[in-house]
Amino acid sequence: MTPTLQLFLIISAALFSIGLLAALTRRHAIFILIGIEMMLAAANLNFIAFWRFAPPPHPPTGVMIAIFSIAISAAEAAVGLAMVIAVYRHYRTTNVSQFDQLKG
Amino acid sequence: MNSIAFLVISVLTLAAALAAATLRNLMHAALCLPLVLVGVASFFFLLGAEFVGLALVFIYVGAVAVLIVFTILLTRRGVEKDPGFHWMGVIIALAVFGGLTWSILQTHSLSIVPPHIRALTVRKIGETLMTGYVWPLQCVGLLLTAALIGALVLVMEEKR
Repeated sequence: MTPTLQLFLIISAALFSIGLLAALTRRHAIFILIGIEMMLAAANLNFIAFWRFAPPPHPPTGVMIAIFSIAISAAEAAVGLAMVIAVYRHYRTTNVSQFDQLKG
Repeated sequence: MNSIAFLVISVLTLAAALAAATLRNLMHAALCLPLVLVGVASFFFLLGAEFVGLALVFIYVGAVAVLIVFTILLTRRGVEKDPGFHWMGVIIALAVFGGLTWSILQTHSLSIVPPHIRALTVRKIGETLMTGYVWPLQCVGLLLTAALIGALVLVMEEKR
């Protein structure tokens, strides 16, 4: 028995939900970023799975989108971590519940 | 496609993801992220997208994971353990997982086995990138340059 497309999609949905769990329950800024990275990895898994299971004429579109998505999430991680360091210099903490200067 | 390999990789990936999402020790949780990404890269290998899997390992396990560990080491004064736990987030994540799984299982056209496919070589990927995807490629290059400069500007020391 070979794994079907459904199984890949369910694994990807589980990975996405765990990333969402990390982004929603954690209070540490870096771990919210880690949760977002896990959600992006789940989305990339979906792209590759749909590309692999597509019917015969196989344009490499899914692979291309996955490559661009990896590049963009690398840029997002770099800017996000730089922002964490900049905010830490200012507030001396990385707990997002304490970044409340703009709170009304 | 091997079902035993699929089972082993999925168990390892989801266990590492749960560990990264719930472990109290920040360093242990951060070191679980490379494990998750190696698992996702193994799924890519299993699906026949070797180049993307290699790119994922190089970019994430090589660069982003090291960057995350360095950032934790630079900002660890203050909170050593992650405080607080929010049941609301658990409920929302479970609801999202339930909804997605239900809709995937309801769609019967998704239960298909993979068709036979010619191997996607790096040469083919390079030709496609250089012909049909030139504009996106240039835009991503510009975006990466802007992100690099922006990250440097953000962390530069302010002159008093």
